[in-house]
Amino acid sequence: MDEHREISIAEFFEKNRHLLGFSNFQKAIVTCVKEAVDNSLDAAEEEDILPEVHVIIEDLGKDRLRLTFKDNASGIAKKHIPKVFGKLLYGSKFHKLMQSRGQQGIGISAAALYAQLTTGNPIQIISKLKGSTKVHAFTLHLDTRKNEPEIIKEELLDTYEFPHGTSIQMDIEAKYTRGTHSVFQYLKSVAIVNPSAKLILQEPDGKIYEFPRVTKDLPKKAKEIKPHPYGVELGILMRMLKETKARTIGSFLMSEFTRVGKTTAQQICKAAEIDVVNGIRFVTGWERRPNTLSKDDIERILRAMQTTNIQNPPTDCLAPIGEELLNKGLIKELNPEFSAVVTRNPSVYRGMPFQIETAIAYGGGITEGRLMRFANKVPLLYQQSAGVTMKALKSTDWPRYGLKQSGDLPQGPVLVLMHMCSVWVPFTSEGKQAIADYPEILKEMKLALQEVGRKLRTYISKKRKGQIEEKKFKTLTAYAKEMVEPLAYLVETTTKEDISMYFEALLKSKYTMIGGVAIDNETLKELQKEVSQQEEENASTE
Amino acid sequence: MPALSEDKNTIEKLTNLGKKLLSELKQKESPYFDRPVRSLSNVIFDEKAGTLKLGDRTSRRTFLNIGHARTFMQSVMIAAKCKELVKNERSASIRELYYQLKHTIPGLTDNTLEGQEESNPVIVDLETALDALREYLHLTADRSGQLFGPLTIEDQGDKIDCLRLGKSGLSIPSIVDDYKFLDHDAEFILVVETGAMGDRLVEEKFHIKNKAILVSSGGQPSRGVRRLTHLLHQKLELPVYVFTDGDPWGFYIYSVLKTGSMNLAFESKRLATPSSKFIGMTIEDIEKYGLKKVTEKLKGIPAKKAGGPTEDYKRAIELKNYAWFKHELWQKELDKMLATGMRIEQQALASKKLEFVSDTYLPEKIKNHEFLP
Repeated sequence: MDEHREISIAEFFEKNRHLLGFSNFQKAIVTCVKEAVDNSLDAAEEEDILPEVHVIIEDLGKDRLRLTFKDNASGIAKKHIPKVFGKLLYGSKFHKLMQSRGQQGIGISAAALYAQLTTGNPIQIISKLKGSTKVHAFTLHLDTRKNEPEIIKEELLDTYEFPHGTSIQMDIEAKYTRGTHSVFQYLKSVAIVNPSAKLILQEPDGKIYEFPRVTKDLPKKAKEIKPHPYGVELGILMRMLKETKARTIGSFLMSEFTRVGKTTAQQICKAAEIDVVNGIRFVTGWERRPNTLSKDDIERILRAMQTTNIQNPPTDCLAPIGEELLNKGLIKELNPEFSAVVTRNPSVYRGMPFQIETAIAYGGGITEGRLMRFANKVPLLYQQSAGVTMKALKSTDWPRYGLKQSGDLPQGPVLVLMHMCSVWVPFTSEGKQAIADYPEILKEMKLALQEVGRKLRTYISKKRKGQIEEKKFKTLTAYAKEMVEPLAYLVETTTKEDISMYFEALLKSKYTMIGGVAIDNETLKELQKEVSQQEEENASTE
Repeated sequence: MPALSEDKNTIEKLTNLGKKLLSELKQKESPYFDRPVRSLSNVIFDEKAGTLKLGDRTSRRTFLNIGHARTFMQSVMIAAKCKELVKNERSASIRELYYQLKHTIPGLTDNTLEGQEESNPVIVDLETALDALREYLHLTADRSGQLFGPLTIEDQGDKIDCLRLGKSGLSIPSIVDDYKFLDHDAEFILVVETGAMGDRLVEEKFHIKNKAILVSSGGQPSRGVRRLTHLLHQKLELPVYVFTDGDPWGFYIYSVLKTGSMNLAFESKRLATPSSKFIGMTIEDIEKYGLKKVTEKLKGIPAKKAGGPTEDYKRAIELKNYAWFKHELWQKELDKMLATGMRIEQQALASKKLEFVSDTYLPEKIKNHEFLP
């Protein structure tokens, strides 16, 4: 056994498929759909295209399903197609520091690999690049040893369903189910946070579901940023130093990081004490070449970067969904009786800009307590009880906001939605399903929950008052009817009909009907005052 | 039940109440009625008249106030029902009234009246708001108390000689306003607290021997007993003596007959007999008649002891503080009671001999004018 062999990433996958989201049949199909849909939405967003994605699932029998994805995004250049779908870790997003969906998966190639491992069938790609007239079709196979694609068939087609876009078809071993962790639920969640997307699902039995587009407003685009000194780790710093074109440490710091100018770079160099090498004193550490640094030097630079006072990174790189759009998404998919959305101002954890959005939806189509988590607009379906979101939920005083709390979660027909967007979402594990507990993130989540909680409280108290008013009105009306005859008997000179009319007029003058519910005019005034006060209060906390 | 002389007036009052409510309703205002506050804080002692009456404070019951709406509705229903009774020359007990009006309200789960405890206070509200006796509204209560004596009464055309009623006597109904007093040979009216003492006096023929109209109230006098005593005194111009146990409860019964009760302070002018005099029992009687060995201890804990005062002690102190017990003789009597801790029952007089009360005790007191005011 003296022969050492390099393990290909594909082989690694075979042995570690659970890490990548393919641990069982139900999970495998959701992961495949997720990879394809995330890619499509990212690609469309980048090119300002209103996305449309079709997911078609056919049953091939014997636990085999055929998945077909079609989108209207920008398509893929011919030369990239085999690599994108046939080589793991090949992608446009891997080295970028930018808010994107794709950060969260190992990529569509993993899905392709899964298909190949479980059914042995190759995958088919059709793509029409934006601005091109050609429709390319590939049939690919992946060489798992070499981590290289093999083209089985390549041809030109006459048409594509959309002006441009990509279609993928793969056969996988999987089970189609409904429920919490299902394709349907995944797409519904995607639809909530992507109200400008049109999603269509065709289930194995032929049923077609459309998650409609409710706005043509495209979401704000995310921007790429350079890393912030607080956010790098040793490995990354080492790689950056190896790959940099800068000739000195000083220029490396200034060119490769955000918020590092000359003064800051000098401070870092000084604090790192890298001016002495093997007993030789340099004028300053500033002038040292990046490739002369020892591991020890790099560690000291890292420490210096983290202890030097540096301005927070810019936050305009983030692209939250926004209160209005998120609310539209919630309403169209869940039809709640009441919803409130809060997009917090951006904040920073460990040099990474991030932003928290929270929504609360109550009643109507929502019948039980639920939590929906999202990271960069991607639903997180698993490991709900792990991570910072649950911690924020548990530490919120729900009874204060008119909800019962049993265990740690709010009870009743209420949905809490938590979205974190960031250039780098810190997950607790490779499964990428739970967000890690950083104090800054927890704080933002708690504040966001409190804000929507206050809005909910106002609504619930208004509703309760309304119910009381309604009951009063009903009672008074019934009592009035009881009094018509005795009163007519007492006065003798007025008919029952007239007295009945007088009572009706009296009650009408006292109560206003709002949405079929009677509200006492004075209470109505009070409520209006209360709501405007609440809004002021909310405004002042922002 | 035949018409009362008040009936026309009562019908008018009820009709006017309806008209008032209707006019408010027409103006899109919440219909309401005001009635005097019946709490103790609004009860005052009218020294000149010698009766309790209600003060000027009123409270308003208004339909659109959800807290009032239910009783308001009940008031209107009861008012109409009473008008029907008066117009048709019928009467109903307050329980019958309750059953006549009780039904489920359409659209709601509750009834118009959930129990007599709901209708009874509404009746009193109406009495006060209209300033009309319950009896004028043709509402009756259970009869209680008996009358004996040289008096002839006409009741629904029948003539009743109250000397010819054996040991049963005339059972006193709640409505006595229609009684006609035809003829009498009485010199005074004696109201007796306990039925047993009444029986004793009848057996001894006290009412015949002393030309007395004997009213046996059987405990706390009913409205009928009080109204009858008031009417007898007013129409026959006879003095009224009250004979009760010598304890705080007995003293209070006397004060109810004389000055009116706090609950029905609004009716005192029709129910009380301010010129009544208290004949006994008194604490002084104990010494005077050598009754010390047949006294009872006051119930409860005296003021000086821990936890006191309670029961009789507490009641006696309350009586002492009432404006209508401020007469020095009464203050002395109550002080003596509190100091000795003794009370004395009417029937303790039997310790002498059975006829002592009728042959000696009462005649002597009347002859010597030994009364408490």
